[in-house]
Amino acid sequence: MAERRLPPHRLLLIAVAVLAITLIALHMRWGWLVDYRDAILDGLWLTLVLLVTTSAAGLLLAIPLGLVQVTGPRPLAWLAQGFCTLIRGTPLLLQIWLLYYGLGSLFPYLPGMRQSWLWPYLIESWPYAFAALTLSFAGYEGEVMRGGFAGVPKGELEAARALGMHPLTILRRIWLPRAVQRVLPTLNGELIIQLKATPLVATIAAVDTYAVFGRIRQETYMVYEPLLLMALIYLVLAGLITLACAALERGWSDDSGSR
Amino acid sequence: MNYRDMSMGELLALAPPGWGGALLDGLWLSLQVAGGGYLLGLVIGMAGAAGKLSGGPVIRDLLACYTTGIRAVPELVLILLLYFAVPEALNRVSAMIGLGEVSIGPFASGIAVIALVQGAYATEVMRGAIRAIPRGQIEAAHSLGMSPAKTFRRITLPAMLPGALPGLSNLWLIATKDTALLAVVGFTELTLAARQAAGATKHHLLFLCAAGVLYLLVSLVSNLFFKALERRATRGMPHG
Repeated sequence: MAERRLPPHRLLLIAVAVLAITLIALHMRWGWLVDYRDAILDGLWLTLVLLVTTSAAGLLLAIPLGLVQVTGPRPLAWLAQGFCTLIRGTPLLLQIWLLYYGLGSLFPYLPGMRQSWLWPYLIESWPYAFAALTLSFAGYEGEVMRGGFAGVPKGELEAARALGMHPLTILRRIWLPRAVQRVLPTLNGELIIQLKATPLVATIAAVDTYAVFGRIRQETYMVYEPLLLMALIYLVLAGLITLACAALERGWSDDSGSR
Repeated sequence: MNYRDMSMGELLALAPPGWGGALLDGLWLSLQVAGGGYLLGLVIGMAGAAGKLSGGPVIRDLLACYTTGIRAVPELVLILLLYFAVPEALNRVSAMIGLGEVSIGPFASGIAVIALVQGAYATEVMRGAIRAIPRGQIEAAHSLGMSPAKTFRRITLPAMLPGALPGLSNLWLIATKDTALLAVVGFTELTLAARQAAGATKHHLLFLCAAGVLYLLVSLVSNLFFKALERRATRGMPHG
């Protein structure tokens, strides 16, 4: 594909896109970029930190959530299923507000809470943002992991059992790696959805990319430029996630193929 | 108003001292925006799928840009773009040709954003479902002399439904949840209504939980509805 020459219509489309970008770059005001460079970088950093930490923590939570739904004792399975339904059935914005305004308003009334070491964290907004995004990712990914665990061929597990492996060893060596392998192709989409969920934390005063551009819009009274740049930033981030996932998937399948 | 001593029942009552009526009004607005956006999104999705499957190369490239771009940019950013930037641009254009101010209300722009987002996802869902129809069925319809519209109504639509319904039901759930984002631009749908009730009464947990229960009810009822629809669409199929 790469050696083939671009068809003429695509050359035309690319030319139009380049023209539009040049016009945007030349005719719009971008002087504010210098003043806000540090703020934008800080916001971008928080977005990336939130994205990486909440997806990692959510994924770790999702493994037991998926597992108990397949094997677990009934009550635990119901609990996990209920959690996934709850998370998937309500908007994330509501969950964030429920944690921040709802639970957050209860903490000051708990006896001894103001004196505890937790208090300095509970009056910040990022712990709530982290908790809400993690729980949300765990809820969606738990459902996916359930499918991954259930889809591992029975024979492989039976073979491991016949070799006398301990159930935990089976989980660590066979079941989990095979389930993760099945789930990997969906990870790309889930991560992009998580990226698109991060701007919601701006509503509880966490200063991520979205919040920084909101401030820029208020302070400079500009309509288009900040919004366009913000959309571009998220587009690029989504593209990077897709590239990283493709590399990860290639790496994982090479790895398991050589063994 | 002294909300502090009111019981839960009084707080959630439908008549004014209680805020239940405000929540239900919010729910109704949410459902209207979600329904309007979803239906419009289905139309966009159908047109997009048709374009991707049988359009020319330029149309296919443009549609690829649309579906990729929309699916990569956060809905919140799209809402801001449509809510602030598009009316501004429209006003400039209308001022140029000598017309008065145009204003897009939050309701219309909410529907537009949800339709645009849903359209991008629905395009992919429907394209996949249509491609899964055996080619011979559509060729048979053509050879029987059916018009394209009749082929679509009698053959393509019923044959693609079983493949498309799971994806489409998922999209409807996403649409109902995406309406919550309109709270950010000050549209009093369910989430913002709950937030206002919570702020006025200082019973944050109660009202946000109540809104959560309403959303959950909507998604559970929709699930039942789509399950029934799926059963009907797949009747007579081996693995229905």
